[in-house]
Amino acid sequence: MSDQLKRSNEPVFWLLFGAGGMLAALIGAALVFVLVFAVPLGLMPEAALSYGAARAFAQHWLAKAFLFVVVSLFFWHAVHRIFHSLHDIGVHAGRGARVLVYGSALAGTVAAAFALALIGG
Amino acid sequence: MSKRRPYVRPMDGWFKRDPFFIEYMAHEGTAVFVWLFALEMLAGLFALAAGEAAWGGFTAFLASVPGLLLNGLILVMLLYHGVSWFLIMPRTLPPVRVGGRKVPGSTISAVGLAAMLVASFAVVGFFCLLANGGQG
Amino acid sequence: MTGQTKTVAVLRYRPEQDEAPVWQEYQVPYGDDTSVLAALNYIKDELDGTLSFRWSCRQAICGSCGMMIGGKPQLACKAFLRDYPERVTVEALAHFPIERDLVVVMDGFIDKLQKVKPYLIPREMRALEDGEYLQTPEEMDLYAQFAGCINCGLCYAACPQVGLNPDFLGPGAIALLHRYNLDSRDGGQAERMEMINAELGVFNCTAVGYCSEVCPKMVDPANAVNVNKMNSARDYFFRFLRPAPKQGGCR
Ligand code: FES
Repeated sequence: MSDQLKRSNEPVFWLLFGAGGMLAALIGAALVFVLVFAVPLGLMPEAALSYGAARAFAQHWLAKAFLFVVVSLFFWHAVHRIFHSLHDIGVHAGRGARVLVYGSALAGTVAAAFALALIGG
Repeated sequence: MSKRRPYVRPMDGWFKRDPFFIEYMAHEGTAVFVWLFALEMLAGLFALAAGEAAWGGFTAFLASVPGLLLNGLILVMLLYHGVSWFLIMPRTLPPVRVGGRKVPGSTISAVGLAAMLVASFAVVGFFCLLANGGQG
Repeated sequence: MTGQTKTVAVLRYRPEQDEAPVWQEYQVPYGDDTSVLAALNYIKDELDGTLSFRWSCRQAICGSCGMMIGGKPQLACKAFLRDYPERVTVEALAHFPIERDLVVVMDGFIDKLQKVKPYLIPREMRALEDGEYLQTPEEMDLYAQFAGCINCGLCYAACPQVGLNPDFLGPGAIALLHRYNLDSRDGGQAERMEMINAELGVFNCTAVGYCSEVCPKMVDPANAVNVNKMNSARDYFFRFLRPAPKQGGCR
């Protein structure tokens, strides 16, 4: 059998891409709006982004889970798409580049978990 | 002797060949901004973990002119990502049947876009209530 | 014919004399009902007998006259000169090697069609006296759309991933594969899954979607490909939970 008939490992990355893409499509823009524009536009008091309020929010386990899912899935979605776009524009990256690109998403995932753990509960 | 000499045309610049491909590359490009936003949130989490001064620096960046410009661009690109995501959904989703009839693609896209609208308002509404209600 | 003419620019390639393809223009008289295929036949009969192209039915069913018309993959018998202002370009189908003028090398494509086992692999073997394999209209409705393919190759010319990786099975072959997998009489899904899951399979697709846009028979090959990504993912994660598939046609 030729190499071409080898089972592809893409399902793993494709599912993460799809989940992140769906999440970003549904609420990505809304999250940017809440974090960056809600206070300047007067929809939220300035205190909402104060250290105390933000920390209190991030200490709740539900918020932790939410932030972890958002940050990590956005990374997985983005790197998968960027990797394929590189192929589209003629940069046919090899195995090494693959490890690097998807490794960066893994690093982002671990870093998010680490930061959330540092914030504590 | 065979005179056969099949000619293979190059693929360079294929994405400029058709408006359809240009739009495809544009919506694929939104991934860069999804990545930037993930990075920004990660930076925020580390700032929050590091303490009040670091968090102050992070929020100051968000409120600065470059921060607002960058995030304005991210916001637009994420909106574009969402809209293009649901516009191609009829192609990616298994056919949906209601009462034995196939639901047309335009309906699937419309339902997706409506879900995006509802979810977005729910998120903004939730955080506004949380912030204005005093206690979260 | 009205006596007016239009410019038809054809990408010529004669391997015995052309190093690379070259454009050649012809003035063709046209009317409201002049198809691009009719224009090519006019050129061949009246202006230049050396022009090569494929055609047969003239009614969008044999699938032989696919070419890039105005830069888009179309059937020459289904595209009309009236839709182009002064000039229309005609070029061999993209992503296929050019054999000569508008004739492409289809071998790779035919190969892929064979690979997906595009025939019924009976779910249960029936003896002659058991009679025919029955199917309800609802069961047929599930795959009928994917059975409409005429193998014209327009979807391959619309798919950049086919152009970038000629080994990719491509939209048409996967739509055909899907057609048999969806057939209630067929039991060959497990055998075909290997192609879906493979590196030459569905995950080459980045959901460009142009294949379904250009399909003259509304087969929607993009949907066949993307539905099989989910099937493949399911197969990937649950393969260890299932009993090993039985050998042979029955299951
Ligand atoms: S000549 Fe048969 S499809 Fe055009």
